Amino acid sequence: MPSPPPMRPAAASPPGGPSRQRTGEAGSAASAGFVGRALRHPSFLAGAVLSALLVLAALVSLVWAPYPPAEIDIPNKLAAPSAAHWLGTDSLGRDIASQLLVGAQNSIVVGVIAVGIGLCVGVALGCLAAARRGWVEEVVMRAADFTFAFPALLSAIMLGAIYGPGLLTGIVAIGIFNIPVFARITRGAANAVWSREYVLASRAAGFGPWRITLDHVLPNIASVLIVQATISFATAILAEAALSYLGLGTQPPQPSWGRMLNEAQTMLFQAPMLAVYPGVAIALSVLGLNLMGDGLRDLLDPKLARRR
Amino acid sequence: MSVFLFKRIATFLATLVMASVLVFTVLELLPGNVAQVMLGETATPESIASLEKKLGLDRPPLQRYGAWVSGLLQGRTANSFSYDTPTAELIAERLQVTVPLAALAMLLTTVLALSLGIFAASRHNQLGDVGVMSLSQIGIAIPSFWFAILLILLFAVKLQWVSAGGFPGWAGDDGGGLLEGLRALILPAIALALVQAAILARVTRSAVLDVMREDFVRTARAKGLSRRQTLWRHVLRNAMIPVLTIMGLQFANLITGTIVVENVFVLPGIGRLVFQAIANRDLVVVRDVVMGLVAVVVVVNFAVDVLYAMVDPRLKANDA
Repeated sequence: MPSPPPMRPAAASPPGGPSRQRTGEAGSAASAGFVGRALRHPSFLAGAVLSALLVLAALVSLVWAPYPPAEIDIPNKLAAPSAAHWLGTDSLGRDIASQLLVGAQNSIVVGVIAVGIGLCVGVALGCLAAARRGWVEEVVMRAADFTFAFPALLSAIMLGAIYGPGLLTGIVAIGIFNIPVFARITRGAANAVWSREYVLASRAAGFGPWRITLDHVLPNIASVLIVQATISFATAILAEAALSYLGLGTQPPQPSWGRMLNEAQTMLFQAPMLAVYPGVAIALSVLGLNLMGDGLRDLLDPKLARRR
Repeated sequence: MSVFLFKRIATFLATLVMASVLVFTVLELLPGNVAQVMLGETATPESIASLEKKLGLDRPPLQRYGAWVSGLLQGRTANSFSYDTPTAELIAERLQVTVPLAALAMLLTTVLALSLGIFAASRHNQLGDVGVMSLSQIGIAIPSFWFAILLILLFAVKLQWVSAGGFPGWAGDDGGGLLEGLRALILPAIALALVQAAILARVTRSAVLDVMREDFVRTARAKGLSRRQTLWRHVLRNAMIPVLTIMGLQFANLITGTIVVENVFVLPGIGRLVFQAIANRDLVVVRDVVMGLVAVVVVVNFAVDVLYAMVDPRLKANDA
C-alpha cells in the first residue's frame, strides 16, 4: 500500500510574491484568470469531474441509497444487473450499487483524516525546520527519513497485530506515512520563502519566526500543499483499499471497496463482474484526484507547466 | 568520499537501531501483557504465566531487547508461537518465493519503464508520448491487487492457461520445478510491475527530456553525433541519476506490493506468513518479519544513496 508515492511530490518552489499583497480588484482578477485557465485545462477538468462524482456519490449515499448496503437477501443472491438492482447483487444478496455508493463515504473519510494528520503534523514540523534551521532542521529531516522506512502497510500490520484490524488502524497507519511527505515538502518550499527579500524586510522590522511563518510562509506555500494534499488523498484511497482487501482496514458491516474486492475474489468463477465494479470505482477516484493534482500543479506554477 | 561514506554509514546504522527500538516498543511494550494478547481474552492465568516464561517476558525490557537484537544478528531467533519453529527458518523458507517474485517484478518494471520512458521522451508531444503518458496515468491509478484479480479473471478463469493461485515449489518432485515455479510467479510479477513501471516511466521520460535540454547534448549533436548516438552515449547516463533515486524509493512500495499480491495469488511467501501470524496472534513472527522488511528497505535506501553519489560526484563534494 501502497504507499504512494513519495516520488510524486508537488513542486517545491513557492509561487510569486506574498499573497497578502494581492488585494481587492487584483485578487478577483487573479481568481477569474485562474478559473479561465482551469476551464481550458482538459486533464484538470477531467480530474475535477471524476473527483466531484466521488464526493457526490458519498453525499448522496448519506441521505439515499437504493437499498441498505448491508441488507442480506439470500433468495436474490448473485442477481444479474436489472432495474431493481442496477449492478446486481453479491453472494449474500446485498445490492452492489448501494455498497459502492456508501463505500465512497469510507474512502473520503479515510482520505480526509489521513491527509489531515499528515498535513497538520507534517506542515508544523516542516515550518519548524525551516524557521529554526540548524540542528532542529537536521533532527526533523532525519526523523522524516526514518519514518519512510515504515510504509503504511507495515505500520498497519504492527497496529493490527496488537489492537486488531479496523478503520482506525488503517487511518492511523496511512496518516503516519503522510507526515514525512508533508514535512519534506513544507520544509523545501518554506526554505525558499525564507530566502526572499520581503521576509528579510519583516525580520528587519522586528517580526519573529512564528509571525513570519503565519504571515508570509504559509500563504506562499499553500498552493504547493494543496497540490500535494490532492495527490496524497489519491494515495490514501489506494492504501485504504489495499488494507481493507487484506482485512486490516474497514470491517463489516461498513462497506468498503477494498473488502468488496476481497469478497468478490471468492466468486470469480460464478460472478466475475463483482470483481470489476469496485476496482473501477477505486481506479476512477484515484485517476480523478491525480489528474486534478497534476492540473493544479500546472495552473498554480506556470513555470513548471512550461517545462513539462 | 570517505567523509560522505562515514556519514551515510552512521545514518544507516542509527536508522536500523531506531527501527529496532520502535518495532520492539510497539510489539512488545505497548500491548502491556504480550502473552495475554497472543492467547486472547479467554486464556487462563496459568497458560498466560507459562507462555510468559516460554517467551522470556518475565525479564526486564532492556534485557529482552538486547537478547532479541543479538539473536537477530547471530541468526538465532525465538520460536514462533503457532509453528513452534525458529522464525529465521520460517522466514528463510518463505523468502524462496518472495525474493524471486520481487526480483522478477523489479526486472519487468525496469525493462518496461525504461523502454516506455525513453520512447515517450524521444517522441515528445507526439502521439506516442501522449499515449504512453495517458497509459501511465491509468497505471498509477490501478491498485496492484485489483490488476492481479483481473489477470486471474482473464488467464485463469476465462482462458484457463494458468491456475488461479498457489505455488508448486522449486523442487522437481510434487509437480514443482524451475519452469513451473516461474510460471506461478509470472502473473503476480506482472501485477506488481504495472504500477511501478507506470511511475518509473514518467520519471524516466522527464529525466531524459531534462537532460536533452542541456548544453552538452547540443554540443554532442553539433559535433556530428546522431540523435540515437547522443541519446545512448550522453543522455541516458545522466538521466539515470533521478531514475535510480526513484527506483530506490519504489523499493518500499515493491515490498508492500509483494505482501498484498502474495495474498491475492495465495503464494506461500513472507506476505502470507505475516497475515497468518496476525490471524494466529503470533506476535513473535510479526515482530521478526516487520523488522526484516524494514531492514531491507533501509539497506536498499542506503545502497541507493551510495550509488547515487558514485554516479553524481557533485553530491560527494557538497557533503564532504
